[in-house]
Amino acid sequence: MKKYLLPSLRLTAVLLVLLCIIYPLFIAAVAKLAPGGGDGVTVTYKGKIVGYENIGQDFKSDKYFQPRPSAVGYNAAGSGASNKGPTNPDYLKSVQAAIDTFMVHNPGVNKTDIPAELVTASASGLDPDLSPAGAKIQVKRVAALRHISEQDLMKLVDEHTEKALLGIFGPAKVNVLKLNIALDEMKTN
Amino acid sequence: MNTEITGIIVTYGITLLLSIPLGRYIAKVFAGEKVWTDFLKPFEKLIYRLSGIDPTEEMNWKGHMKALLTISSLWLVYAFFALIFQDKLPLNPDHNPGQTPDLAFNTAISFLVNCNLQDYSGESGVTYFTQIFVLMFLHFVSAASAIAAMMVVYKGMKEKSVTTLGNFWDFFVKSITRFLLPGAVLIAIILAFNGTPASYKGKDTVITMQGDTTQVSRGPAAAMIAIKHLGTNGGGWFGANSAHPFECPNYLTYMLEMIAQVVIPIALIFALGFYLKKKRIAYVIFAVMTIGMFMFLIPTLQAEIKGNPAIEHMGINPANTAMEGKEVRFGVPATAYWSTVTTIISTGSANGAHDSYMPMTTAMQLMAMMANCFYGGCGAGFLNYYIFIIIAVFISGLMVGRTPEFMGHKVEAKEMKIASIAALLHPFLILSFTALASYVLVYHPDIHWAFQPKNWLGNPGYHGFSEMLYQNTSAAANNGSAMGGLTGNNIFWNVTTGIILLFSRFIPIIAPVAIAGIMAQKKYIPESAGTLKTDTGTFGLMTMAVILIIAALAFFPALALGPLAEFFSMK
Repeated sequence: MKKYLLPSLRLTAVLLVLLCIIYPLFIAAVAKLAPGGGDGVTVTYKGKIVGYENIGQDFKSDKYFQPRPSAVGYNAAGSGASNKGPTNPDYLKSVQAAIDTFMVHNPGVNKTDIPAELVTASASGLDPDLSPAGAKIQVKRVAALRHISEQDLMKLVDEHTEKALLGIFGPAKVNVLKLNIALDEMKTN
Repeated sequence: MNTEITGIIVTYGITLLLSIPLGRYIAKVFAGEKVWTDFLKPFEKLIYRLSGIDPTEEMNWKGHMKALLTISSLWLVYAFFALIFQDKLPLNPDHNPGQTPDLAFNTAISFLVNCNLQDYSGESGVTYFTQIFVLMFLHFVSAASAIAAMMVVYKGMKEKSVTTLGNFWDFFVKSITRFLLPGAVLIAIILAFNGTPASYKGKDTVITMQGDTTQVSRGPAAAMIAIKHLGTNGGGWFGANSAHPFECPNYLTYMLEMIAQVVIPIALIFALGFYLKKKRIAYVIFAVMTIGMFMFLIPTLQAEIKGNPAIEHMGINPANTAMEGKEVRFGVPATAYWSTVTTIISTGSANGAHDSYMPMTTAMQLMAMMANCFYGGCGAGFLNYYIFIIIAVFISGLMVGRTPEFMGHKVEAKEMKIASIAALLHPFLILSFTALASYVLVYHPDIHWAFQPKNWLGNPGYHGFSEMLYQNTSAAANNGSAMGGLTGNNIFWNVTTGIILLFSRFIPIIAPVAIAGIMAQKKYIPESAGTLKTDTGTFGLMTMAVILIIAALAFFPALALGPLAEFFSMK
C-alpha cells in the first residue's frame, strides 16, 4: 500500500487543480457569453427584476394565471416535492380538496376539463410552466375578473405557448410568469 | 405520433448512434492505437510527472486493486473532513453549516462509491467549496476508477497467458483526459447556454410580481451537472436534482442529460467488442442488456401513462393523472423513461419525485437496481454483468458436460466461489438491512434517538415499506436515487446505508478483477469444436436466465410486500 500512497496524494492534488479549479472557472468564463451571463436568466417588468425565467413563482390572486401547487411554497432557497405516494389516503384527500377549491374559484368550468397538473404538486416545487390546457382553463376566470374578452385572452395564451422542441419532441408549455406579465401589460394598453 | 413519445424514441436513437463511434474511440484509446485526441499526450505526461507516476509500469490484478483502494481511502478521509468543516472553508456565500459526522460519513462514502445518495439538500447542506472540490471531484474520479477497473477485466479477457494487466494510473488518467473531462466541458457549456447557472454568485433575493420577497439558490452548477450524468453519478447541485428548473431547464437539456448518462455505459459494451476484436460478443451482451431495459421500460411507461386511478375517479381530465412529482416541461412519458434509465444504470439522478410514481413503476425501478447490470454504471455495470457471465459459463458447462471455459481460460472452483459471493452479496445486503430497519420500526418506534423510527416514513402502508426497501436497494446498487418521503438524515439511515455502500462498491469491483486476473494467468486453451460458445444468442439467453433467477427470485418476497401489494390494492 505504501508504494501507492505518495503517487495517490500527488495525483489527487494535480486533479484537484485541473477538475475543481480550471474546469469550473473555464465553464463560468464561457457562461458569461450565455443569456444571463451564467447567473440565471432574470425577467424584468417595469424596470425591476421580478424573478427568474426558469424559476416558478406563486400567484395567489385570481386575477392572474395561477401556477401548479408547490410543496415548498415556491421558495427557491430550496426545492422539493410532496413525496406523497399514489395510494396515500391523506394525499388523495388533499387532491380532492384542490379540485373543490379550483371549482369554487372557477365557476362555469367543466370538472372533466381540469388537467391533473393543476391539482398535483410538481417535483421541484418550482415548476415555471403550465400545459396550454392548464392555462386555458383559467381564461374564463381571469377574463371575468379583468373584464377582458375570453378570445383575446385565449390568443394571449396561444402567443405564449412554447411548442414542442423543433415541433416534434416533448410537450408544449406556457411560462406562467411571462404570461402574467403580458397579461398586466395588456391592461395598461 | 404524439410528440412526447417521439421525444423518447429519438433520445434513445441518438444515444445508440453516438455510442458506437464512442465505443470504437474508447477501445482505441485503451489499446494505445492512434486517435485524434493524441495531442493531449504531453498534457498527460505532465500529470504523470507531477504525480511521480510511471504509466508504463505493469501491475498484476492485486497491484491494480491496491492502487484503487489506496487512493479511494485517501479520498474518503479528505471528503469526510472537508464536509464536517465546510463552514470554516472558503466559497460559502450562503453561510451553510458544517455537516454532522454521521451525515458527512454517509455523504463522503456515497460520492466516493459513485452512488450519490443524498441525505442533505444541495441548497442548504453543502457549500460551493464542497460541491466543487469534494462532490464534483468525486464525480470524476469515482467514474474513472470504475472504468479503470473494468479495463483490467477487458485486458484479462484479451490476453492469452499473462500475469500483468497494464497500469492502473494510466487507465484512470486517460478516462478523465480522453472522454470524461472533454465530454463534461461540452455538456456544461450547452447547459449554461440553456439557463443553468455557472457563476459563483450566492443566493439572489428578488421581489416577485405579487410582492413576495423570495430567495433563489444558484452557483456554479453547470460544471457539476455535466459530469454528474456523464459519470453516471447522479448527485445533483439542487435538492430536487434534475427536476429543478435550473438543473434541467428545458426539453433540449432533458435529451442532453438523458443521452449523457447512458452513452458511456453503452459505449463501453461496444468498446469491449472493438478492444477484443470480437464484435459478436459485444452485440450479444448489448442485446441482453437492451432486452433487460425494455422489460422495465414498457411496464413503467404503461403504468405512468395510464396514471392514478384514484385521481381519475375524482372526475377531472383522465389524461396525465400521474403528474404528482413531475414537471410540465418534461411530461409523463419522458419522466417515466428517465426513471427507467436512471435505475438500470447507476446514475440515480431524477427528474421527478420517485416517491410519487405508480406502484408498478416503483417495482420496475427496484428490479432494475436489483439486477444492476443492464448497461449499468460507468465501468461498474459491465463488472456486474461479468460475474453473471462467469456463473452462466459454469452452469452451461455443467449442463452440456463440457469444461467451463471463457475466453480461452478454464473457469474453476476458485473463480466460481468468488463470483457466487459477489452475486449473493447484493441480495444479502438489501434484504438483511431492510429486515433490520423493519424490525426497528415495528418493535422500537419510540426508541430514544434524536429522530425516532416512527417518523422515518413519509407514507403509510405498503408504500412505506417500499420506501425502506428502495433506500437500501439504491445504496446497494450504488444508484443514489431515493423515495424522498423517507427521512434519511439521521444516525440509523446514515450509518446503515453508509455500510451497505462500502461493501457494495468495492467487493463487486474486486471480485471480477480478481477472477479476470486469475484466469488470465492460466494456460490459454485455443478454441475448438468442444468449446462452449459464449458469443451466441443461446448463451445470451442463458446469462439472462441467471440474472433473472438471482435478481428476481431472491427479491420476489420483498417486492410482493411493497410495490406489488400496493399495486394490487389500487382501485
